[in-house]
Amino acid sequence: MEVEHQEIANFLVAYPPFSDLPQEALHKLASQVEVGYYRAGSGILEYGEQITYLYVIRSGAVELYRRSGELYNRISTGGIFGQRGLLMNRKVRFGAQSLEDTLVYCIPVGIFDEYCDVYEAFADYFEADDNARLKITVSEQADSNDLTTAKVRKLLLRDVVYVERNATVQQAAKVMAKEHVSSLLIYDPEKPVVEDPDEDDGQVVGLISDRDLRTKVVAEGLDYQTPVSEIMSTDLIIVDSNAYVFEAMMLMLRDNVHHLPVVHKRKPIGVVALSDILRYESQSSLLFVRGLMDQQSVEDLSSYAKQLPAIFTRMVNEDANSHMIGSAMSIIGKTFKHKLLELAEAKLGPPPIPYCFIALGSMARDEQLIVTDQDNALILDDSYQPAEHGAYFEKLAKFVCDGLANCGYKYCDGGIMASNPAWRLTYSQWLAQFEDWIENPSPEALLNSSIFFDLEGVWGETKWAEKLTAFISKKAKNTPKFLAAMAHNALRRTPPLGFFNGFVLEQDGEHRRSMNIKRRGTAPLSDLVRVHALGVGSKKQNSFERLEDIDEANILPKGKVLDLQAALEYIAIMRIRHQAWQIEQGEKPDNSLPPETLSDFEQRNLKEAFGVLDKAQSFLKFRYQNKSMMK
Amino acid sequence: MSWPNRFQHLVETSKDPRIQAFYQQGVVDPYQQLSQCEFVALDFETTGLDPNTDDIVSVGVVPFDLRRIRLAQAKHWLVKPTSPLAEESVVLHRITHSQVESAPDLQDILEEVFASLHGKVIVVHYQFVEKSFFNSALKARLGEGIEFPVIDTMEIEKSAINNARSWLDKLKRKPIPSVRLADCRKRYGLPYYQPHHALSDALATAELFQAQAQYCLDPSDMVKRWWS
Repeated sequence: MEVEHQEIANFLVAYPPFSDLPQEALHKLASQVEVGYYRAGSGILEYGEQITYLYVIRSGAVELYRRSGELYNRISTGGIFGQRGLLMNRKVRFGAQSLEDTLVYCIPVGIFDEYCDVYEAFADYFEADDNARLKITVSEQADSNDLTTAKVRKLLLRDVVYVERNATVQQAAKVMAKEHVSSLLIYDPEKPVVEDPDEDDGQVVGLISDRDLRTKVVAEGLDYQTPVSEIMSTDLIIVDSNAYVFEAMMLMLRDNVHHLPVVHKRKPIGVVALSDILRYESQSSLLFVRGLMDQQSVEDLSSYAKQLPAIFTRMVNEDANSHMIGSAMSIIGKTFKHKLLELAEAKLGPPPIPYCFIALGSMARDEQLIVTDQDNALILDDSYQPAEHGAYFEKLAKFVCDGLANCGYKYCDGGIMASNPAWRLTYSQWLAQFEDWIENPSPEALLNSSIFFDLEGVWGETKWAEKLTAFISKKAKNTPKFLAAMAHNALRRTPPLGFFNGFVLEQDGEHRRSMNIKRRGTAPLSDLVRVHALGVGSKKQNSFERLEDIDEANILPKGKVLDLQAALEYIAIMRIRHQAWQIEQGEKPDNSLPPETLSDFEQRNLKEAFGVLDKAQSFLKFRYQNKSMMK
Repeated sequence: MSWPNRFQHLVETSKDPRIQAFYQQGVVDPYQQLSQCEFVALDFETTGLDPNTDDIVSVGVVPFDLRRIRLAQAKHWLVKPTSPLAEESVVLHRITHSQVESAPDLQDILEEVFASLHGKVIVVHYQFVEKSFFNSALKARLGEGIEFPVIDTMEIEKSAINNARSWLDKLKRKPIPSVRLADCRKRYGLPYYQPHHALSDALATAELFQAQAQYCLDPSDMVKRWWS
């Protein structure tokens, strides 16, 4: 008979993966446990030795070490160790030492194996371990980016277009040409309207498409005055607005139709064409960009910009990764600038001297999200004469910055905008400015200017921006004290992890009891990546691309770049999802993530991702600051 | 006192076959090192504090050595006490009247209990309870009592505290810290366990002894130095 070990069962049930076990499995487990006590500082496991238990910390704290002796992790009550070894040849992978007096519950390998076989959640917890777990999560997200998750109603960009059944084919063709559609629904005004709105089919009796006009009218030499009712298809295949995009695609392929009326209840709300579906997957944001280019005034732009949150949430719901979303949002942001500058030049006349409008910060890095400041500046031709040209560029910059603000891109708090005369410099002045920042670095001076080290030309003489980037990458790489100052700033913001891996939450202000996932996550990560990128002379702006250059330069310990990529992706996507969720809830999107809204799984992954940042910061400090005299 | 000699003597004088068998098994070699010993933590819950009027209601045993406590071999018995369960004790150990009503008498599980103690050094916290209650309970049932050596974690704690107390502490008569099980455990960073369940108390005692072994005992000490 198994004796009830209530103390142990009560403890285990509070921690995953034990919390997911059925009651009797938990009690059986508790009855098989062995207990060990380790005084602070004593060794528990040694690398490479045989391992026959899974360890759960009941009280105290344990440090895990890599074979090299480098600290790998620090865990406390409820923490689990030994699983890697159990899963890999039953040899200890991480040495373990007690940091405090520690009581461990040891679960014999036999029952560990048994539970991995029998309980799926238990197995999942261990099989996707640690950073590997983080990477698996990230790649699962990337893989599920397909048509299976999007609903067909998202394809409807415009209202349904009708003609009545007595219209002639020529009238129908005119409507199609005017409305830029390749199909029309045909309705019969004589058809009785049913009382029940659920049964209302909008009196629709058929559909004609471009192809009907081609094959049934033109090719047959039919009179243009023929009523559409004579050539329309009447056996309509329809799709419900709640169907998935892939279902619509399957229907079309199955029945060889290219236009599918989309109905809500029974009433047509639009028509999707096969081309819509094919275009959909990769180009949803490109369509938005194309539409953006057609807008003719700041007012049009600002009303068009209202779709932006929907574009954003759509990408998120389709499980696009953070790089795709960041790039799409940045392209959109740049297109707004582009368009505003076109409008500005149309209004103010052509520029008196060449110039380049540059994007800074997240937009330059292709990492823009929905909650963002505008950070931009102007590079002017060296022939610039303030008295002669100053007024033009002042007006131009003001037009663009005000326009951006109207479209939802907030003014920059730090005044880093082209509308600020301090950031309208000639090419030579910019060169001198960057030279000064790099040669005479102080962390304080660089505090607000690190944003300039993410820089991209958006409009005009964009090659100047490239030349500045080339200058920076060459100069920064060879200036250790500059890198040290940048590193110093990159270390100002630490991940929100407390002692023993609890989340540290903001204690005051509007967002109490939450963590600022940008300030404490994505921002310090991109700061850190920027320092390494400058250190290896990379000219890339995007953090993921910078990481590729950093990887090639081989300056980080093996595997670290992969860890950083996974951590950046995870933290960024959590931030993105949080914002998308807020938009869908009708809230104002922000960067404050309340940890209690996260599942255990998400919390654990997020902690691991922050752990990667934490370790990478230590390394950054070691690499760039030890060698240099920082005052 | 030499426990092997004492057992030798008791084998000859005891009359009940079960008790005789217990003595017959002998005691652990007193010269064995602690690190080589098999231990068993023993705990009783009782109906009250007086061994003459109160009786045992449950027994918990948890076998272990200095490295590991093996719960798969732990045992727990409810037994029907000869004296009635007082309301206060029900509150304390949460064993109910109906539970003990259907429980066996101590006599009926005696051999199982002895078997689980066989070849092991018994460890208890506050030996008065286990020694006196066991003795009285058997005396009442079988007409003769029982003696056995134990290591008492409370005694170890007292001596450790005493060693750590400076002459100044003693001079100032600074109060001696509590040696209750839960308070002792706290000093070693051991977690709080709900007290007054024979099995968890035995487990708690075993863990405490493991911790004491690392802080206050020398694993190469002989058993005879610590048992009484």
